[in-house]
Amino acid sequence: MFDSLSDRFDGIFKRLRGRGVLTESDIDDVAREIRLALLEADVNVRVVKSFIGRVKERAHGADVAKSLTPGQQVIKIVHEELVATLGGTTGKLTMNPKPPTVVLMAGLQGSGKTTASAKLARLLERDGKRVLLVGADLQRPAAVEQLRVLGERVGVPVFSVGADPVEVARNGVAEAERLGRNVVIVDTAGRLQIDADLMDELARVRDAVQPDDSLLVVDAMTGQEAVNVAEAFAETVDLTGIVLTKLDGDARGGAALSVKEVTGRPIMFAGVGEKLEDFEAFHPDRMASRILGMGDVLTLIEKAEQAFDAEDAQAAADRLRKGEFTLEDFLDQMRKMRKMGPLQGLISMLPGVPKELRDAQIDEGELTRIEAIICSMTGEERRNPTIIDGSRRVRIAKGSGTSTQQVNALLKQFKQVSQMIKQMTRPGKKGKGRRMGLPPGMDLSALTGPGGPGGPGGFPTG
Amino acid sequence: MSTTALVVLVAIFVLAALLIVVPRLARGRGAPEAPPQPPPVRAPEPVPEPTEPAPAAEVVEAVVGEVVVEETTEESAQAEVGVETEIEVDEAVEPVRLRDRLGRTRSTFAGLLGTLRRSGGLTDDDWDELEETLLLADVGLATTQAVVEGVRARAKGADAADLPGLLRDEIAARLTATGGDRSLHHAAEGPTVWLMVGVNGVGKTTTTAKLAKRERDADRTVLLAAADTFRAAAADQLGMWAGRLGCDLVRGQDGGDPGAVVFDAMDAAAARDLDVVIVDTAGRLHTKVNLMNELEKLKRIVERRPGALQEVLLVLDAATGQNGLTQAREFAESVDITGVVLTKLDGTAKGGVVLAIEAEFGVPVKLVGLGEGADDLVPFDPDEFAAALVE
Repeated sequence: MFDSLSDRFDGIFKRLRGRGVLTESDIDDVAREIRLALLEADVNVRVVKSFIGRVKERAHGADVAKSLTPGQQVIKIVHEELVATLGGTTGKLTMNPKPPTVVLMAGLQGSGKTTASAKLARLLERDGKRVLLVGADLQRPAAVEQLRVLGERVGVPVFSVGADPVEVARNGVAEAERLGRNVVIVDTAGRLQIDADLMDELARVRDAVQPDDSLLVVDAMTGQEAVNVAEAFAETVDLTGIVLTKLDGDARGGAALSVKEVTGRPIMFAGVGEKLEDFEAFHPDRMASRILGMGDVLTLIEKAEQAFDAEDAQAAADRLRKGEFTLEDFLDQMRKMRKMGPLQGLISMLPGVPKELRDAQIDEGELTRIEAIICSMTGEERRNPTIIDGSRRVRIAKGSGTSTQQVNALLKQFKQVSQMIKQMTRPGKKGKGRRMGLPPGMDLSALTGPGGPGGPGGFPTG
Repeated sequence: MSTTALVVLVAIFVLAALLIVVPRLARGRGAPEAPPQPPPVRAPEPVPEPTEPAPAAEVVEAVVGEVVVEETTEESAQAEVGVETEIEVDEAVEPVRLRDRLGRTRSTFAGLLGTLRRSGGLTDDDWDELEETLLLADVGLATTQAVVEGVRARAKGADAADLPGLLRDEIAARLTATGGDRSLHHAAEGPTVWLMVGVNGVGKTTTTAKLAKRERDADRTVLLAAADTFRAAAADQLGMWAGRLGCDLVRGQDGGDPGAVVFDAMDAAAARDLDVVIVDTAGRLHTKVNLMNELEKLKRIVERRPGALQEVLLVLDAATGQNGLTQAREFAESVDITGVVLTKLDGTAKGGVVLAIEAEFGVPVKLVGLGEGADDLVPFDPDEFAAALVE
């Protein structure tokens, strides 16, 4: 029912594309659509207003209508404003020249403070820092125990000694000095921003440890409330930054826009998955691109560079273009691709992926099954699948613990798709195989349209 | 198309994109990042255009909304008096508390309606202001517009002073129409099983404990099943509650199979002849297919004993925005939720998404969480909720 923010903008600008002139009423249309999209994305009503005001103003002043590509002009303006709102630059932790640097983690209940603390500790350790985690959440049952387990997993000591949070925090910093740890991360209890007693306690923790960084942990699924929370916490603890968690869900993350605009503090880190390594520096420009349906290309490149061997990938790509891509190549490259994370995540980072594909539910187990099928083939069969007859099929199905139908589906689909890719990447070819607009335009939409070449038919959604 | 074929299709596309497109992009990366990448040029697709926005969603001018916020204090004080008078008439025990704790939600509306009261006649600005206030309460755009239309229909010929009542009636009527049965069900015989589900950090474990307290107070024996084997120390957290409340606990290995925990819990409950088993599951984002499949499996395990599974409760954080709708939809599809527990309503979060959830999926909100104490869980009542919002 709801389109994602990216889809929304996709829809808006699709209509503008290819039109020579952008009228005043076009701009108003765009503004209204952006408002709807942002509200559905849980951006705060007040933030939406000021955002749209800025976009409209710039759209009016920027000679958009005279530009050759008005649609792209507007996209550029919206993108730039999004980047500006989201922070403009990447925030960094303040490292105290006289260690230990103290980082205070605060936020509502359930926003993910404890997990974020451990993830941050892991990130800092990887950068050569020596971290001490301090569990000052004495409120929630077993919260310190949770931190202890997480600390063990990331190889960071956890400290929690004291009668109350203030004392624990103070002792923690002293302990870090004693142990020669250069960063202390203080995990505090979740609290409502209107709970005067607990907010007061937080202020006393702050006074006791004099943090160099105070990070507010915000759930990406938060609604209009994000503004109230951010304002109150900013008042109490002098926030220096924001951690946005649970970004791996499908929340459109309007809270990020709101919180940034209200506090003026940078969003420093993003929690992007359940695993402890799923935590990264927040990149406003990437997030803005993602929101605009332009894909998170930079992250993708980084991941790809880690996973693929450049020469190897180049050779595979050439074979793909020439139509010589075999099941062996497929198996090989697919294994590397899987190192980059779940397929679903990769799709969301790719630019220009049609909505049908982005919404497709990918079962990672299915990839394992495909691997098993290919592994059950002989080298000859992988290079030349046409030799696979009935009895080979049965053998492969048995060997991989699948059914002959699944083997068939793999073979058929593999053939069709490699054909399509070959056609698409051949410049100047007639019909559906039109030129790819690069960069970034791997135009996948052509492939999912009804009756594509070789016709697997429409894409099943969901 | 079979799943295998689908996954092959997607995998090859992604691979092709990675192998062909990404290297080119990487080469161009050295360039300064000034202009954003133009989006890929695409041929017109046979995809339907997004629906046109409803005309009522015109841009609301800035001044109006801020006035409301400024004026809430005084107005809420007045509202407080109104509420207390009515409580005496009501004589309900728990709702008093609900209404009291909902004070902050109420004050936003009280401020709004106070403005309307003073303004005398109804202008377009008043309607815009009503819309914005509902939006700020996370009611969501579509539902907000529907509510505003409903109030408009009721407001024909009425004057401004009637608006608070009209808004309350509209909201209550909507909730009454959509909610259905809000009670928690017990099995006719043998142990009753309630399954607690939801995304991470909404308060499933705390709510599980609170529910156990309620059942204990009603003289039922309770077994808590710590089926969250993923989050570190989640079972310890539930174990502490079990100790405090005097409930039985079944837990598994950290990182173990939650299905085994559920299975053991059902067995234990039957063997010990216990009344209620409350299963606390791991938080999972509704977008994670594997985790949702795991949840379906847990449900199937419970269903092996016919009639045992009586409730599948979606725990929802009141601060959640419109993503709450998606959560409700996905959990409803995968495990057929029977009700919603709205937690953390003791903050300034308005929980307005409840209106949309009930309207959209017909899943009733059954309980409301109002704090961290074991007693801070009260039944959801549409009239109380509406009245608390408006008066």
